[in-house]
Amino acid sequence: MNFNPNSSFLYLVAAFVILFILVQSLFFLIRAYRRGKEIGMDAKKLRKTITSSAIFTIAPAISILLGVLTLSKFLGLPLPWIRLSVIGAITYELPAATSTASALGVSLSETITSPTVYSAIAWVMTLGILPSTILVPILLKRIQGGLVSIKSKDSKWGELLITAMFLGMISAFMGMVFSNIRKGLPGWIPIFVMLFSAVLMAVCGLFIRVLKVKWLQDYALPICMIGAMVFAIIITPAIL
Amino acid sequence: MINKSYDEKTHYYGKLWIWTAAIVFVFVPISICVYYNAWPPFTSVLKGLLGVAPIFWTVGAIEVITFTPMLGTGGSYLAFVTGNLTNLKVPCAINAMEINNVKPDTEEGEVVSTIAVATSSIVTTLIIAIGTLLLGTLTPILNSPVLKPAFDNILPALFGALGVVYISKNLKLAVTPMLFMVVLFVTVPSLAGSVGILVPVGAVISILMARLLYKKNII
Repeated sequence: MNFNPNSSFLYLVAAFVILFILVQSLFFLIRAYRRGKEIGMDAKKLRKTITSSAIFTIAPAISILLGVLTLSKFLGLPLPWIRLSVIGAITYELPAATSTASALGVSLSETITSPTVYSAIAWVMTLGILPSTILVPILLKRIQGGLVSIKSKDSKWGELLITAMFLGMISAFMGMVFSNIRKGLPGWIPIFVMLFSAVLMAVCGLFIRVLKVKWLQDYALPICMIGAMVFAIIITPAIL
Repeated sequence: MINKSYDEKTHYYGKLWIWTAAIVFVFVPISICVYYNAWPPFTSVLKGLLGVAPIFWTVGAIEVITFTPMLGTGGSYLAFVTGNLTNLKVPCAINAMEINNVKPDTEEGEVVSTIAVATSSIVTTLIIAIGTLLLGTLTPILNSPVLKPAFDNILPALFGALGVVYISKNLKLAVTPMLFMVVLFVTVPSLAGSVGILVPVGAVISILMARLLYKKNII
């Protein structure tokens, strides 16, 4: 059979997976929203959470879309579309495809025409990421049980523990921003962008706390993020 | 503490959805193999897998341990299906809880985090779907050299704003892991490719430091 990585069959598979993801997300969204109302949370606040989360998501989602574009050059559109709509991320899918292609002695410089190579890549992408999905139902209750017992012994330490974990994640990513500074001024661009974003956030904080611009609180993060991305567009050509 | 029966039900539905999702994931390569009658040689899949699985299975397991306490029950069951945790779902959930002034592992935190993760998943899926369908029109815009620096710097743009909020609130706690990571990445720049592995390293340093400062009544 002739193989086309953009065939209607593959689009059909993609549509099925995307529909599954949408239904699952809607199920949890509606359930949590109802629960919020049930325990007396302000419906207005719940709706604001939806709006602010949606707006925050736009920029990162477009960057994920760029990942689909990158992979589509050799895998066609449907498979990258599936992979990046589910647990996959470009940082994983690209090495997975490269690793499989090199194991099969195939180059990824052009569109794949062999269905066997294509299916091998699809298998590696799937199996490589599956553990993080299936570990959740296996481990979640145990992890929560552990946290509950820590909290019941010492609630302040329980809270500190979660904050410390989050700070650990932030510090790893903020540290990564410094990885190119030995390359001279262009290596400093990400740091300037990060600092600009931080300063924007501090300014937003002033507006929220001192000038009482309450609506800004819900949109501060996406505003700072997009502001800093625009800043990157302005300073990069000036520096390079 | 979270209401038992609601939380129990979330676990029940969550498990049902996540196991179904795992089946759906595996169905994709199976359907490709069956439809095109193209079963790859077992050894080539194994070889491909050997190149990525040791790192990604480890990172995956660590992500489950690190992020589930922040995401809560519903958020975890959903986020580990829809993915993009560090660059999207976790910051989104944490930011939503911060805005609503609620904490993870409380009833309100559970609701807010699940709403944030679910909304973010829906919006991401829709944007990718629209983007894929409009690819002809969008490709030249998205690939334009003018926009490239913006997307190259999306992580600094996100973590700058997010970082300043958390670091300023927990300055004493943040200093050690931050300094460690900056020195590490400046000394060994090639580690930037394995930042996933370094998230738990940062978390462990941060937890040990928190314990020390807490015991000495500094925080």
